Amino acid sequence: MNSSKSCIKLAIASGKGGTGKTLLSTNLAALIAESQNVLLVDLDVEEPNDSIFFQGKLKAVLPQHKMIPEWDSEKCTLCGLCAKVCNFGAVVDLGTSISITPPLCHNCYACSELCPVDALPMVESHMGDINLFDNGKLTLLEGRLNTNEEHSVPLIEKVHKEVEKNYSHIKYQIFDSPPGTSCPVVAATSKCHYVILVTEPTPFGLNDLVMAVEMLKVYDKPMGVIINRDGAGNEKIEEFCEKEGVDMLGKIPYDMEIARAYSRGELLLGNGSYKAIISNIFNAIEKLHL
Amino acid sequence: MKKIKEIVVLSGKGGTGKTSVAASFALIAGKDAIIADCDVDAANMHLVLKPNFAHSQVYCGGDVAVLNQDSCTLCGKCKEVCRFDAVDFSNGRYTIKDLDCEGCGYCSHVCPSGAITMVERKSGDLFISHIKNGSQMVHAKLSPGAENSGKLVAQVKTNAGRIAGEVGCEYVIADGAPGIGCPVASSLSGASLAVMVTEPTKSALHDLKRVLTVAKRFNVRPLCIINKYNINSDQTAVIKEFIEKEGITHLADIPFDSSFVKAMGQAKSIIEVDSKMKALLEETWGKVKEIAQTV
Repeated sequence: MNSSKSCIKLAIASGKGGTGKTLLSTNLAALIAESQNVLLVDLDVEEPNDSIFFQGKLKAVLPQHKMIPEWDSEKCTLCGLCAKVCNFGAVVDLGTSISITPPLCHNCYACSELCPVDALPMVESHMGDINLFDNGKLTLLEGRLNTNEEHSVPLIEKVHKEVEKNYSHIKYQIFDSPPGTSCPVVAATSKCHYVILVTEPTPFGLNDLVMAVEMLKVYDKPMGVIINRDGAGNEKIEEFCEKEGVDMLGKIPYDMEIARAYSRGELLLGNGSYKAIISNIFNAIEKLHL
Repeated sequence: MKKIKEIVVLSGKGGTGKTSVAASFALIAGKDAIIADCDVDAANMHLVLKPNFAHSQVYCGGDVAVLNQDSCTLCGKCKEVCRFDAVDFSNGRYTIKDLDCEGCGYCSHVCPSGAITMVERKSGDLFISHIKNGSQMVHAKLSPGAENSGKLVAQVKTNAGRIAGEVGCEYVIADGAPGIGCPVASSLSGASLAVMVTEPTKSALHDLKRVLTVAKRFNVRPLCIINKYNINSDQTAVIKEFIEKEGITHLADIPFDSSFVKAMGQAKSIIEVDSKMKALLEETWGKVKEIAQTV
C-alpha cells in the first residue's frame, strides 16, 4: 500500500522459544535470494543461529560499544551525588570509594553528567559485534552479544541503526527476533513494518502467542501468524487469530525430515515440496501489499 | 536446618524441553520441592502444574517519569538529557512517552521547576499458588513489553526460597528462560546446580556453549540432559563428546516419540502419559538430588 517505503521490514517473532523462528527466517530469506537481493538480520543477539545455515564468507566484524561510567578517584570528592541519582543500583557510594557494576548500568549518563567535578567520564565498553556475511544475493547481518553482557537491547538498537545506515536499498529485510515478550522483543520488532509470529499448535504455543499478540497490540503493530508443526491444536490458534484480527499466513507441516534438516544446519529448499511451503508463505506475505 | 538446594533448568536455545523436564521433576519431587517459574516473559509451568493463584502481588520493576504540565516552564532540559528519546515536544508542550521511558530519573534531576516526578510503574504480577501435587509454586506474569525481567526472576526465586524454608522442603526447582540475558543471569545467581536441557541440533549446541559460559561466571555446576536424542544420532554424538570434554555430568538421553506430542497437546507432563519416561525421569531426578548433596 505504502509506495513511499523503499524497503519492507519483516520481523519474525514468537513468544515461546523453539517454535521455528530461525527455520522460517533462514528459509524465507534464502527463497527470496533466488530472485532478488535480501537482507537477513539476526536480532536474537543472545543466541544467534542464522549463520549456522549459510556457508557465506564473514566479510566484516563491526565491534559494538556501549557507554558506561568509569570512576576517576583523583577527581572525585566523594560527594555521593552519583549514587543518589542512579536509579538502577549500578553506582554505589562505599564511603571511601565509588563502586560501579556495569551489568546494572542502563547507560543514562545521569551520574556522569551530574557529577560536579567530572569524576565519572563515560567510556566505551565492548558489548558485542555485528558480523557481516556475504552469501551472494543474501546479506546476513548477525548481532552477537558478549556472554558477560545481560542487556541485549542496546546491541539490538545498534544493529537496527546499521541496517538503516547501509542497507535501506534492499527491499526485503527479515529480522529474526528473540523469544519472549519483554523489552528485547520490543526493541527488535518496533522498527519493523510487520511482525510474523511463529507458533505451534499446543497449549504452550497458544499461551505464548496470546501474550505476544497482547504485547504487539500495545505498539499497534500489524501482524500475522504461521503455525509450525501443524497438527491437532490448530483450531484454537485459528480461532484466536480470527477473533483478534490477526492474519493467518500459512502452515509448516509436522515432519521429522524438516526437524532433521534443521538439526544438521541445513535449509529446506533443496526439496521441492518443502520449497513449495516456503513459497506459499512468501506469496501470502506479498499479498499483504506492505 | 539444611541449606535449600536450588536447581535451575536452562538451555540457551528455546524449545529444547526445559519446561517438560522441570515440570516432570516437580511432579516427581512432590512436596520435597517448591517450584519457581523463572521464564517470566513466556511462563508455561502453570499450564502443566495447574496453580490456584492463591496469592497475588503487584510487581513494580522500575519507575516512570510523570510530567506535571502546570509547573512545566517549557525549558526543554528534560528532552536534552534523555538518552532514550522518551520526551516528546509537540503542540507547544512536552510530554513523556511512557513506553520509551527507561525510568532513570535523569530528567527529574535537571528539571528546574520540579515538574517531573518518578513514580513506580507496574510491570507485572507475582503469584504464589498451591499446585496439583500438593506443593507450592511461585510464578509471575510480566506486563507486555516490560523491562527488568531479571528483577522479577529474583523476586520469584526469593519467594520460592522463603516458602521452602518455611515448610521445610529441601529443593527449589526453577524453570529458566531461554537466552543468556538478565532473566537467565538472575536465575543462575545463587543456584546450586544448573540442569542444561539440550537437543541434537547445531543451533542447540551453539546456544548451550554460550549459556555454559554464563553458568561458569556464576560458579554454578552444570549437568546435561540430551532431549530428543534420536532425531539426529550424529549430532547427539557430537554433543556427548563436547560435554565429556568439558567434564559436564551427562544425566540422561530422552527419546522423542509420539507420547511427547500427546502430552504437549493435553498440557500434561511427559511422565503423566508414558510410564517408561516416568521411570527415566525419576532416575534422572534421583541423580540430580545425589549431586546436589555434594555442592
